[in-house]
Amino acid sequence: MNWLWFALAGLAAGIISGMGIGGGAVLIPALTILLATGQREAQHINLLFFLPTAAIALCTHIKEGNIEKKGLLKLTLFGVLGAVPAALIAVRINADWLRKGFAVFLLCMAVYELVKGWKKRKERKGSSAAPPHTVNRRQ
Amino acid sequence: MKPRKHISALIGTIAGAANGLFGAGGGSILVPGLEKFIPLETHKAHATALAVMLPLSVVSAVIYTVSSNVEIEWLTVLYVSGGGVIGGVIGAKLLKKLSAAWLNILFGLFLAAGAIRMLTL
Repeated sequence: MNWLWFALAGLAAGIISGMGIGGGAVLIPALTILLATGQREAQHINLLFFLPTAAIALCTHIKEGNIEKKGLLKLTLFGVLGAVPAALIAVRINADWLRKGFAVFLLCMAVYELVKGWKKRKERKGSSAAPPHTVNRRQ
Repeated sequence: MKPRKHISALIGTIAGAANGLFGAGGGSILVPGLEKFIPLETHKAHATALAVMLPLSVVSAVIYTVSSNVEIEWLTVLYVSGGGVIGGVIGAKLLKKLSAAWLNILFGLFLAAGAIRMLTL
């Protein structure tokens, strides 16, 4: 029955990433906290998990022309430049440090989401008071 | 327009580093980065981030896989990914219906709880 829990963890992470928020933030804690997977293994699973989901989503975006091609190559090249040494560190470093580092990163994401939610709430409250066109201009 | 060029290199490098080190999180840097500094609209930022993240994750995943001290159950990957593909379709449909402030707050609290639990694990 263990496979069911892993599939459910994937399902939850898939829903979150489909909503555009980042499935790894759900999948990695779910795997490490609930399913006793090691931090490095959880990260590895998340990387592989991302590939099919992202490929499917990307096909849709390409068809709909949502991708900004200008600067894309540069972004990707520098991304790879950052990813290679970081991944080499990740596979060597102590897993406890890795988990703690990830937790701090997660905490930053949490603060970002909370601030974003708070701002949205304030904007909505403001919009009911202000005339609608002044709100639309901001977007 | 020079600073803009440099900023995209910086955003890419940081996102790549996060993706390689934590196996996640590149998108959470790319999306706000692209929205703020390029600037792209939200749905374009999401799509472009995805286009950058896919090759990055391939590179990171290859390094993780080739490295001998990281071992995973491939069957587990299959189960998780199967759930993920189905979840992705559901999430994309939900996205159109839910975009409320409380969703960000709920998600933020959820992440904070996970982070604190992982720090004390």
